[in-house]
Amino acid sequence: MTETLVRFAIGGVVVSLFAVMGDLFRPKSFAGLFGAAPSIALATLGLAVVHSGKVYAAAEARSMILGAAAFCVYATIVTWVGMRWKVGALKTTLALMPVWFAVSFGAWGLLRAAS
Amino acid sequence: MIGMKLDALKESKPHEYLIRFVFGGVCTAAAGVIAKKFGPGVGGLFLAFPAIFPATASLIETHEEKRKEYAGMNGTQRGRKAAAVDAAGAALGAIGLIAFAVVIWRMLEGRSAVFVIAGATLAWAVTAVGAWATRRALVHRVCWRKRKSEATADRSVLGGH
Repeated sequence: MTETLVRFAIGGVVVSLFAVMGDLFRPKSFAGLFGAAPSIALATLGLAVVHSGKVYAAAEARSMILGAAAFCVYATIVTWVGMRWKVGALKTTLALMPVWFAVSFGAWGLLRAAS
Repeated sequence: MIGMKLDALKESKPHEYLIRFVFGGVCTAAAGVIAKKFGPGVGGLFLAFPAIFPATASLIETHEEKRKEYAGMNGTQRGRKAAAVDAAGAALGAIGLIAFAVVIWRMLEGRSAVFVIAGATLAWAVTAVGAWATRRALVHRVCWRKRKSEATADRSVLGGH
């Protein structure tokens, strides 16, 4: 429980810091880079190294590559939908969230089946 | 040109900062719980989960809407476009996220974790900014070619008369 609370606090602070940086920068497309900052990873990997070791943290990072690729696909589709259809940003981002799950878990499943 | 606008911090209300803190905290804690239950393979995927992306996109849309309505314009469409442009930036940031993960995966074993994580963060920044600059240069080039071909077409029409 304590570990989860520590993760919550560190994660909240790191994510907020990157979000503030995103607020500060202009133009909007540049500020958007901070929307895909390694905030959760920074808050998690240090703790993973301390508690579970470097091999465990490296295995997490390997899977993270797939999650990041899925994020890229998801954000590209959100951009495309936002430019073409008159749908609110919250609705678009939430409705397309299954794309991230499908791409990341699909790629992970394929990689697992291949190895 | 890249610039900083400190006034932008005043646009966000305290509850908006709180929402992002809670979203970030919950997603980080959840990533830890998932990794513990299902192992580092599944847990690692969630290190690149678009945690605060919906909240941020919604805030950008709202702020842009208010700004344009204050200026006497219809802000709804501009708000949606601003959120879409932000998402385009996030897609490029995600390419940097891949670089971050590759550095940690390939370099962590046998080296100082602090240095490797710092190096990976630098790799994220360099890759993301590089991808953004490349895209911007390509867009400018396409626009310049379009303007040039339009000008050539105009000249040929005028020349014909």
